[in-house]
Amino acid sequence: MTEMVRAEENPLFHHALRLGDDALILGQRLSEWCGHAPMLEIDLALANIGLDLLGQATHFLNLAGEIEGKGRDADALAFHRDVLDFRNCLLVEQPNGDFAQTIARQFLFSNWQELLMREIAAAPEPRLAAIGAKAVKEIAYHAKFASEWVVRLGDGTDESRVRMIAGLDWMWRFVDELFDPKDGAPSLRPEWDARIAGTLAEANLELPKPRRGAVGGRAGHHSEHLGHLLAEMQFLQRAYPGATW
Amino acid sequence: MSAVVELSLKDRILEILSQVPDPEIPCVSVVDLGIVREVRGNTLVITPTYTGCPATIAIEHDIRAALDRAGLSRIKIETTLSPPWTTNWISDEGRAKLRAYGIAPPVKGAAKHSLRETPAECPRCGSAHTEEISRFGSTPCKALHRCLDCREPFDRFKCH
Repeated sequence: MTEMVRAEENPLFHHALRLGDDALILGQRLSEWCGHAPMLEIDLALANIGLDLLGQATHFLNLAGEIEGKGRDADALAFHRDVLDFRNCLLVEQPNGDFAQTIARQFLFSNWQELLMREIAAAPEPRLAAIGAKAVKEIAYHAKFASEWVVRLGDGTDESRVRMIAGLDWMWRFVDELFDPKDGAPSLRPEWDARIAGTLAEANLELPKPRRGAVGGRAGHHSEHLGHLLAEMQFLQRAYPGATW
Repeated sequence: MSAVVELSLKDRILEILSQVPDPEIPCVSVVDLGIVREVRGNTLVITPTYTGCPATIAIEHDIRAALDRAGLSRIKIETTLSPPWTTNWISDEGRAKLRAYGIAPPVKGAAKHSLRETPAECPRCGSAHTEEISRFGSTPCKALHRCLDCREPFDRFKCH
């Protein structure tokens, strides 16, 4: 609760924290695929995307710590906060599921993140803009990778198509939060909608049925999945606080 | 007078750093890759390639060690993100070294079109009859390709 009050008093800190947490949590999720992906090339791709996201998270969280001015750096923010203090969107904390569900999550997120970073790259805050300009080049690859797989699975076999539809259907409820008028980026919705519709048409898929959007991640109200993810990610620093290589 | 001294210090630093290899692709130096941006007074400005590249920290350590060995402990290292690193900054010499090492260099001036690259030229037989296997390879900066003539797989430095 104290964290929330502080965040509202300091919108730039909150902004950098949201961007950092989105990238951190999705990067951690993708790392769970390492050694388990359907093919070596996909293993490499998911690990590389996760690595890019961890790099972006480091920059955004270091900046958040700098803005906050209380001596916390990216590691302190990543490893020494509990679940209620995380500000990532609900989409990124959703379990990997099968490969199609992972691709659905990446497709919805990377297309949004690419548009968002393009906007941030042109933002007046120079430190945020520098990270955004660097990140947007990497995210373009992520969006393309995920979109290509949506087409391949959606327009593939009966089995891959069923799974792609199910994956998109599961993730769709977490989309509204990305465009929330208070904490999200509502102005990006038309362009995002057009991109998503274009790829789905190419994949011979229909837009998932509208669902009541699940929100709350930006206020620290997370699904039960985030705690389990943090338990693994933060284990070492909780067992041995301050441990370094 | 001070301008002359500054110039020679800059040249000396660049000479030292041209001997510092990239930890992941040791055939090229940190200068060849365009990681070294400028020398401003007693400050050396460097930039990371990809935000998550694990070599970033090693590169800074290696540069620090090389400067210290040359008696240049007073030179500070500053990291900048802006403007973002691009493969257009890889020198011609660096491109030739990559090719000789078996990595197809990135197309020059094509960073804008990084997602629609022309076919890579096979670094072994020179054929342009090649295909992409995976856009993600053994490091963030490389993609996996295959030559359809000599049948050898090879890495390509991605346009970025």
